[in-house]
Amino acid sequence: MSPVIDIRNLSARTAAGPILRDVSLPVNAGEVMALVGESGAGKSTIAKAVLGILPAGIKVTGGNIFFEGADLLALTPAGLRELLGVRIALIPQDPLTSLNPARRIGDQLTDGLRLRAGMNFRAAWDKALGLLNDVHIREPEQVLKRYPHELSGGMRQRVLIAQAFSLNPHVIIADEPTTALDVTVQKQVLRLIRDMQRERKTTLLFVTHDLGVVAQICDRMTVLYGGKVLEQGATAEILRNPRSPYTKALLAASPRYDQPEQSLKPVPEALIAELKREIGA
Amino acid sequence: MPFSLILSRALSALVTLFGVMVVVFVLVRVAPGDPISMMIAPGATDADIAALRAHYGLDLPVWQQFWIWFGQVLHGNLGTSISMKQGVITIIGQRLPATLELAIFALAMAVVWGGFIALVSTAWRGAWVERLIDNFNGIMLAVPDFIWGLAFVLVLGVLAPVLPISGRSDPSIDAGLTTQFYILEGLLRGKFAFVWDVLKHMLLPACALAFPLAAVIGRVLKNTMMDVMVQDYITLARIKGLSSLRILLQEALRNAAVPALALTGVQFTFLIGGTVITERIFSYPGIGNLAIDAVINRDLPLIQGLVLTFGIIFITVNMLVDALTVWLNPRLRHA
Repeated sequence: MSPVIDIRNLSARTAAGPILRDVSLPVNAGEVMALVGESGAGKSTIAKAVLGILPAGIKVTGGNIFFEGADLLALTPAGLRELLGVRIALIPQDPLTSLNPARRIGDQLTDGLRLRAGMNFRAAWDKALGLLNDVHIREPEQVLKRYPHELSGGMRQRVLIAQAFSLNPHVIIADEPTTALDVTVQKQVLRLIRDMQRERKTTLLFVTHDLGVVAQICDRMTVLYGGKVLEQGATAEILRNPRSPYTKALLAASPRYDQPEQSLKPVPEALIAELKREIGA
Repeated sequence: MPFSLILSRALSALVTLFGVMVVVFVLVRVAPGDPISMMIAPGATDADIAALRAHYGLDLPVWQQFWIWFGQVLHGNLGTSISMKQGVITIIGQRLPATLELAIFALAMAVVWGGFIALVSTAWRGAWVERLIDNFNGIMLAVPDFIWGLAFVLVLGVLAPVLPISGRSDPSIDAGLTTQFYILEGLLRGKFAFVWDVLKHMLLPACALAFPLAAVIGRVLKNTMMDVMVQDYITLARIKGLSSLRILLQEALRNAAVPALALTGVQFTFLIGGTVITERIFSYPGIGNLAIDAVINRDLPLIQGLVLTFGIIFITVNMLVDALTVWLNPRLRHA
């Protein structure tokens, strides 16, 4: 079976230098693939490249992003727009800034249903009620009539998750969807994303810097450093037996719930220097 | 909006109006020029002058004159015009509709034109279209309303006389209206030929008033649109696959309009102030033109009445802007 999203040899650069170096990333249908790395590793750049929202300063210098056989990088803006929202959706990072403050939740949640799926207002509103139920929001009738500032961060992220799943896309990109939330809310939201993904067999590309999150919900993972893939494979396998010294160092630097007394070790300077030499940064 | 807020706004509006009344009353009496000396015939005796002065109550101390006038205003009486020998309220009532229609027409033009250039330059940001509009807008912004007025009179009235440059309507047309709201009543009565003639007379003064305001609205709205276009919810709207036009109008405009609106309100009061000179240039029979006549004639009751009228208009505009801001910004509704 061919991957749903197949990134091949993707390279990109800014004026300051390369930020993606020959990245290959196959994501299979129905799996959750984690993109792991620290800030600047290029994980968000990959997500933006798939969504066609790379900032003006970043230029793709080579490679392809195949989605169900078609190269997204070769599509016209109009062609890409056909796919976005319907076949490819996003769960954004910051629920506080990702909803339009001037529009009601119901209006924003039904945009896709009305404008892309052609539902009338009434049908879309009813469908939105169901979606809010799916993401465990109580009193959905009231919530649809509210404005974003009247909801908590966790509620808003649930609304955005409902929005992303609303048209049953084949692929959802989750861009650090829990970093802006409280720790207690994080776990619930993660479980929700995982449950909905399993139920609908959605392919999920999960961008995160948190190995705890990866262990919790991702089938496979890709470790990035400086725009280069260091390690790729099944999550359980990599976490148990990391091959790259950088992955080992990352694991040592991550808190573990099962061993709270163990002190955290920063990634050693020598290792970083070696990695930089290796990728030519 | 909670009732207490409305009440406090209304109270502060009344205080403002009282302040306006005090200032204008004192100012017109301190300023050089004497209404009596404009009225007396040559050879009048000192006794005649004193009698006339007493007749208009101008022999009393200023503060006493003020309290008499203030009491009259509270009873809805603005006194009698010295130069026109008519009630001030009657005169202003006849002239105010002309100014209101002109100012609102100019405001509508400015909002439509300013909004249009803001949206176009946001849609083509970074391209030559944006730079062209920015430069063009800079010229519109730099030239004041009365220069536009004089230029229009010269170019479109004298050199190439395509539009009327004087008055409010063709005096040979008798539309038989009962109010002075020519456009409003003309439309309601279906007298479209007459309304068309009024609009033609209004176009040049309205353009003179609207151009600087349109430039301000265009610039401010474009800047706030640019700020909004980089927000996360705009990016998400794009990823939802919404069209560029829908993103511009549905997602961005409403958020960008809030800061632009407050400034438009302030600028609109400048536009109303601008009607004084502009109406004079185009011999337009509104209260602005009337105000200049009143000042020339040292017609104290009329000046006071007109300034009070302008004050009421300014305060009303500000309150409308406040209400609109709250309506546009849901975060303020329950605050």
